Amino acid sequence: MSDDSNLLSVKDLSIDFLQEKTAVRAVDQVSFDVKKGEVLGIVGESGSGKSVTVTSILKLLPENARYTEGSISFKSEELLSMKEKQLRKLRGNEISMIFQDPMTSLNPVFTVENQLVEAIRLHAKLSRKKARQEAIRLLQIVGIQEPEKRIKLYPHEFSGGMRQRVMIAMAISSSPSLLIADEPTTALDVTVQKQIIDLLKELQQKINTSIIFITHDLEVVADLADRLLIMYGGQIVESGPAKTIFANPLHPYTRLLIEAIPHGNKKSGRLPTIEGNVPSLSEIPQDVCRFKERIPWIPDQAHEINPKLREVEPEHFVRCTCYKHFWMKEAHEKK
Amino acid sequence: MKVNRLLKYTAKRIVDLIPTLFLVAVIIFMITRMIPGDPASTMLGPQASVKEINNLREQMGLNEPKLHQFIEYLKDLVHLNVGYSYVYKRPVVDLIMERFPNTIILTLFALVISLVVGVTAGIISAVKKGTWWDYVFTILSLVGVSVPVFWLGIMLVLFFSVELGWFPSTGMGDISLGFSDYFSHLILPGVTLATIPMATFSRITRSSMLEVLEQNYIKTAKAKGLQARWIICKHALKNAMTPILTVLGMQVSSMLGGAVLTETIYSWPGMGRLIVDAINKRDFVVVQGTVLFLALLFVLVNLAIDLLYKVVNPKISLGKVAK
Amino acid sequence: METTEKTPSLVKMFLKKMLQNKLACFGLLMIFLIVVLAIFAPLIATHQPNVMDTGATLLGPGQDGHLLGTDNYGRDLFSRIVYGSRISLIVGLGAVAVGSVIGILLGLVAGYFGGWLDSIIMRFMDALAAFPFILLAITLMTVLGTGLINVIIAVGIGNVPGFARMIRGQVLSVKEELFIEVTNSLGAKQARIIFIHILPNCLTPIIVYATMNVAGAIISEAALSFLGLGIQAPTASWGNILKEGKDYLIVAPHIAIFSGMFILLSVLGLNLFGDGLRDALDPKTRA
Repeated sequence: MSDDSNLLSVKDLSIDFLQEKTAVRAVDQVSFDVKKGEVLGIVGESGSGKSVTVTSILKLLPENARYTEGSISFKSEELLSMKEKQLRKLRGNEISMIFQDPMTSLNPVFTVENQLVEAIRLHAKLSRKKARQEAIRLLQIVGIQEPEKRIKLYPHEFSGGMRQRVMIAMAISSSPSLLIADEPTTALDVTVQKQIIDLLKELQQKINTSIIFITHDLEVVADLADRLLIMYGGQIVESGPAKTIFANPLHPYTRLLIEAIPHGNKKSGRLPTIEGNVPSLSEIPQDVCRFKERIPWIPDQAHEINPKLREVEPEHFVRCTCYKHFWMKEAHEKK
Repeated sequence: MKVNRLLKYTAKRIVDLIPTLFLVAVIIFMITRMIPGDPASTMLGPQASVKEINNLREQMGLNEPKLHQFIEYLKDLVHLNVGYSYVYKRPVVDLIMERFPNTIILTLFALVISLVVGVTAGIISAVKKGTWWDYVFTILSLVGVSVPVFWLGIMLVLFFSVELGWFPSTGMGDISLGFSDYFSHLILPGVTLATIPMATFSRITRSSMLEVLEQNYIKTAKAKGLQARWIICKHALKNAMTPILTVLGMQVSSMLGGAVLTETIYSWPGMGRLIVDAINKRDFVVVQGTVLFLALLFVLVNLAIDLLYKVVNPKISLGKVAK
Repeated sequence: METTEKTPSLVKMFLKKMLQNKLACFGLLMIFLIVVLAIFAPLIATHQPNVMDTGATLLGPGQDGHLLGTDNYGRDLFSRIVYGSRISLIVGLGAVAVGSVIGILLGLVAGYFGGWLDSIIMRFMDALAAFPFILLAITLMTVLGTGLINVIIAVGIGNVPGFARMIRGQVLSVKEELFIEVTNSLGAKQARIIFIHILPNCLTPIIVYATMNVAGAIISEAALSFLGLGIQAPTASWGNILKEGKDYLIVAPHIAIFSGMFILLSVLGLNLFGDGLRDALDPKTRA
């Protein structure tokens, strides 16, 4: 699997969260690769394990998380066995991360300058003055007007979209080979969302970084991602080139996600057409198709026991046999 | 621009203080003149003759109507005159000014110890939550907030002066005898006075730190590749400061009270000692003057802390959102 | 129907939380022991607390049938400490009762009537709170003179502003809700509603705050007596035992050690219990 074009290779990764006395599996046997210069979109609702998966790459999970099995290798080096000191050299340097909520991701009591210069000087030996110039340049790149003036402000003096731009400036300050964006647009207005996506696309081409982009909204990654992973209940349910998946979505969950993309200008944050919610991690049945409860109109025998990912066409994988069934609820009701 | 706004705010706060300070003066007046009991006879003690008492009443102006007394009292206050001590035969202001620096030295020293040790212990407790470090500091601070200052002082004297002979048990050091003499006299009263605020700071810092460490910007700082120590000392601590500052005002107030007891135990020549001596000599003019002064001091300290609050936390009142 | 079903489960949950909190249980145990000492003092004390014995002064603990030794007059230290618990409890409860009653009344009036009355009362409370607690008590004691009742008054007055501020805040929030709901209701009716709503609403913070303040009052009494301003000899109070112990620190350190230990344990007990109470009653941690 791991050829040289793979920047990041995650294999059979499983992560448990310890709660009181029980362990709850948040990520179950997840494998994927990220090639150089590629944009990978990971899509799923909250609770699908997508955020845990990417947070685990930098080993930033909370203390009660346990890596139960699998491996994560970055540039052919195993991350899971790395010492904290080596990891720190990767974080913010080779691998950068942008978080969901720009309102709380910047430290409220330090100026933007302080936080940007800190990031720059951490990985490049620059004088304070040089670092400041670099910070201003970065702010310009991410599209902040009058950066010389704005840099002196505190985060709360910025709007949400501008804060996310600052976060991006911070993340690209070291020209990372991999940029992880964890729902970077979810907390933003629709118009701002689009601007941020465009900015990321532009930057991706400019500095040729690989991006892992996480979202619950397929529309957001539609023209950004090269490949897609669809996650549900801690598992990958479908993966493949973005074009293939959009042209030929197979898993019922993927189809519902595509269905949920609003047509026209109306925007809805949640997924309106999917009934029910992601079951809480501890309630998920382990050996059956995890999506079963959300599509009760599909008969039991359409699912398989212990469903596996199957390659149905080149590079296009899908889990469980239920995708073969005619999936629309309305169609069933008409029958 | 920001400095300007801060100055304006300061001015406003000072104006706000005037009614409070006026009422502080009223309360002192009420305590001394309205409450049953004759200050003159209290001062002179049970053996005094009626004539002696009357003489003193006349001298102190107690035979005038209450309103007249009050106006005279306010007039004096405006001229920074808080009374005349019939025992010391000196104006009370002079006595206060003589002792005030000593109390400030003791209180500041104790404040520094309590902040440094308390905040450090709180940080360690929070970062090492659930470990032995945490348990030990938590239990120590629980006991620390409950310990009576005067008893702790006596116990420290018993152990460090009487048993070990490490530090002197009374008096203030003389700087002309060298730094070590000065410091060795300061250490026991300082630690005594510092204990309660230390324990309070430790508890507040722990809970505040635990909350801050959960915040997203801490995750951002980690993702940047910063060292854990740096994240805690820079990113977390400054955010955790706000609740610490909130209790700081209360702590300074109780320290000014605690100084009275501490100074008594260690014969420290400060204002607390002055008050207690005055009580024993029934010189209640000195007691009231000193208490009034301490109340004023406390109000000003709280104002200063409030301003510090604005500086530490840029989100409060100073700023415009850029669009 | 709902409330009858809900109440026992809430109480149960509260009790469960309190019992799980080992420190709070320890605190409760301390309080219980001190209360037992105070109530059954004549039964527990081994000697008369004020009877002097010039032949047996400054005995060490355990000597000559004196559990904790004797003081400079030959009085049995254990018995004096046992009787001293009565003073501490009386002052602790009495001062908080005085402070809470006055404070609650002022807070209710200020919050309910608002306007200039509110401003005057609250400014006055600010001014009162500007005095370091113990200094206010000292000043009052110099004028009032020593004695149990005066200690209770002096310490109680220091407790007033805290209660007043708390209650006023509660009144204002309840008032705000009511103004929206019943704009046209009569004043009298509104007053009734407010008072019916307010007290249950602030019961929780009052209990927690009062518990902590009893601890503070016990320390204050001891401090005043320690300074010679509180309870006068020969009546035994932990503070004046400690004051005497200070003078015999070198020859008889046990006097100071034990009397202070009892102050510490009772205050610690009340603080731990108060902490536990607050956590158990806090709706945020209830779930």
